[in-house]
Amino acid sequence: MQSEIILKMEGIDKSFPGVRALHNVDFTLRKGEIHALMGENGAGKSTLIKILTGVYQKDAGQIFIEGRPVYFKSPQEAQNMGIGTVFQEIALCPNLTVAENIFIGRGRDNFIKWKQMNAKAAEMLNSLGIPASPTQELASCSIAVQQMIAIARAVDMDCKILILDEPTSSLDEDEVQKLFALMRQLKARGVGIIFITHFIDEVYAISDRITVLRNGELIGEYHTSALPQIELISKMMGKALSDVSAIKKHELPKSDDSVPVFEARALSSAAGVRPFNFKIQKGEVNGFAGLLGSGRSESVRAIFAADKVTGGEVKINGRRVKIKTPLQAMKQGIGYLPEDRKGDGIIDELSVRDNLILALQVMKGFFRPLSRKQAEEFTDQFIQKLDIKTPSPNTPIKSLSGGNQQKVILARWLLTQPMYLILDEPTRGIDVGTKVEIQKLVLKLAADGMSITFISSEIDEMLRVCARLIVMKDREIVGELSGMNLTEQDVMHMIAQGGK
Amino acid sequence: MRSLNTSKAKTRLSNSNLLFMIAGIIFVLMYGFALISFPGSFMQFQTFFDLFNFNAALFIVTLGLCVVMIGGGIDISVGAVCGLVTMACAMLLESGMGNVWSALFLALGIGLAFGLMHGYLIAYLEIQPFIITLAGMFLAQGLLTTLHKEPLNVTMPAFVALRNFIIEIPWLGTVNRLGVFIPCEIKPGVIVVVVLVVLYAILMKWSRFGRNVYAVGGNRQSARMLGINVKQTIFFSYVICGLTAGISGFIFLMTTGAGNIGNGALFEMKAIASNVMGGILLNGGVGNLLGAPIGTLTLLTINELIRAAGVQSNLQAIVSGLLLYLFIVLQSVVMSLRGRSKFRLAFPSWLKARQ
Repeated sequence: MQSEIILKMEGIDKSFPGVRALHNVDFTLRKGEIHALMGENGAGKSTLIKILTGVYQKDAGQIFIEGRPVYFKSPQEAQNMGIGTVFQEIALCPNLTVAENIFIGRGRDNFIKWKQMNAKAAEMLNSLGIPASPTQELASCSIAVQQMIAIARAVDMDCKILILDEPTSSLDEDEVQKLFALMRQLKARGVGIIFITHFIDEVYAISDRITVLRNGELIGEYHTSALPQIELISKMMGKALSDVSAIKKHELPKSDDSVPVFEARALSSAAGVRPFNFKIQKGEVNGFAGLLGSGRSESVRAIFAADKVTGGEVKINGRRVKIKTPLQAMKQGIGYLPEDRKGDGIIDELSVRDNLILALQVMKGFFRPLSRKQAEEFTDQFIQKLDIKTPSPNTPIKSLSGGNQQKVILARWLLTQPMYLILDEPTRGIDVGTKVEIQKLVLKLAADGMSITFISSEIDEMLRVCARLIVMKDREIVGELSGMNLTEQDVMHMIAQGGK
Repeated sequence: MRSLNTSKAKTRLSNSNLLFMIAGIIFVLMYGFALISFPGSFMQFQTFFDLFNFNAALFIVTLGLCVVMIGGGIDISVGAVCGLVTMACAMLLESGMGNVWSALFLALGIGLAFGLMHGYLIAYLEIQPFIITLAGMFLAQGLLTTLHKEPLNVTMPAFVALRNFIIEIPWLGTVNRLGVFIPCEIKPGVIVVVVLVVLYAILMKWSRFGRNVYAVGGNRQSARMLGINVKQTIFFSYVICGLTAGISGFIFLMTTGAGNIGNGALFEMKAIASNVMGGILLNGGVGNLLGAPIGTLTLLTINELIRAAGVQSNLQAIVSGLLLYLFIVLQSVVMSLRGRSKFRLAFPSWLKARQ
């Protein structure tokens, strides 16, 4: 692998007011390699990429492209030097045609030659094997195809360096494979690809080398084949290996005859989940396991009345109650952290503090506002307790990393002191370190007597945290598993055999 | 599995074309209804041409606004600017200090001035277009009433000649009861409308600027990432809109021959309504420029229908208002059915909280 170096970044420094984002970081990209850039949230991956693409200006250090020093003042200049970037959020216009999306904003011609443009686009889509027609409106393509079109655009701009920033986070397994095929094709053409992802399996499936960053510093560059997964994780987290596996879940409370904190009988909702029975004891951590679309989320949404409840009865501490709206559920001491953090959870423009006190304020009602002093006290307390990395409590939440945003939302619910907390995919899209922190926190809360339902699409994570798994298939509960030594196999067997 | 579906979707109509088709069908239905209900007047070609003859200014205002709306913006000053231009030009012509050409330049100048100012404030200072053009509307209205309060007839011979100039279509017309053939007549303003429609349609379909307007209207953030100069694009869309409003003022004066403080009143609302009926999405990015004249025709046909029915003229405004509601909801329904997302009313960005 001694191929020629197309990009060399040396001694890159970058500080923001109050934070040193990068310190003396080197990065090297060779021709025709796929290079994974790894690190936890806040490790400095995005900052490094933004410097490379001209969005930020570096404080110190040098960038060489094919041996020549370069200095970018704008993304445009970086593009002109052959650096193409494809972001997680697809930066294309859905209302334009596929061909237009490939070519718009590039030519200096004042008039558009549609025929010529469509022909060129068709040829390109063909050669890259992208299943789309040039004249089709982009909005009618699947997300994966849109992603590929964004790549095609970058490639056509003679890019030597292609940056893929979490391209797979909204793709399904099939689509990921298609994307990988495209990446391999580009690699064969000699394009250097920088690949950023949270999915460690993907890194091992496709990358040649890995560069790890932590807290704005370079940890090292490794050949993928020479770096075992567990070592990669520990390098990213900066913790000893034993720490990662140190999480010990709690056993189920011994006596099963005690009154459950929450109990549902034949509960069903408008979202189409079959009537189900469910109960949870004090201090228990359980989870709904199943494939995507098996009704995991729908079940907990029914418990919280986030979807319209259509039948069944609910008991809290053995007492029958009516829960028809999320507010009633909250007043009964149930907290729900939704799956869609961006859509249902955070309010972008509001500060960390305002986001944090939101649920408590709603419960108190609008006529009894929290005093500023109280709010500040709570915020400081939780920022410290959950180790939320934010410049200040007044920072708008949108400028925090995904993992820290998630912690804020978690803190929001903890502040209402629920006795039963539902966490739906609390660790999705956040880095390994924060994941472990959240898992630990869940267990600690349970030890303090809170009942928790924990849902994750990563089964091993649920096995680590949950003492009892309720297995779902096709919107129905097909069985329950409990015990200390469950394996993924057990769950899969139950799903496979379940139902019929 | 999903990629299989996309190959099927290749033939799917684009949103712009779908809305345009709906607009076209609605116009045909509406005109057909008019033909059946009032064959006496609507069967005559002249009635159709008169829609253009008397409303040329509205057609033109709608065109300019259409460009801005496709770019995701709004300009509610167009009516007031149009009115201001009629009065300013009338005064210039009456004062005897200028000829027809200088009046035309004055019209273009006033339109351009408003366009430049709005474009700069909205594109470069990033202020809400609704508020900025609301201010522009008040400014233009204020200037209009300050200039002259009474109606001002233009008596300059050269202009009167232009105003009364009529183009006859010798091969199209009707035969009256006495058996005399009366050819159809169109006014010069109609020529201007046709020229502008063609010009703007080419601009929006084949020019780099036009496609950039679509991109910006579709997704401003993405457009920026695609290397489009978003601010410049927005700026020029308002300049074009202002300039078009200036032209429409001149054409208005050519139609009525008098400056009046009521000139161009409510044109902004009629133009917005026309564009919506013509399938221009309020959210921006979607719509065919040819929808603008189609939408205007639909609106005018409805108004003519009401007039022909002999009902109170107040009803025109009421019906127009109700139809506007209907069309906006219809747009939302069509778009959300296509997007297969949950039903949601599509509010334009200038009505939403800033992101």
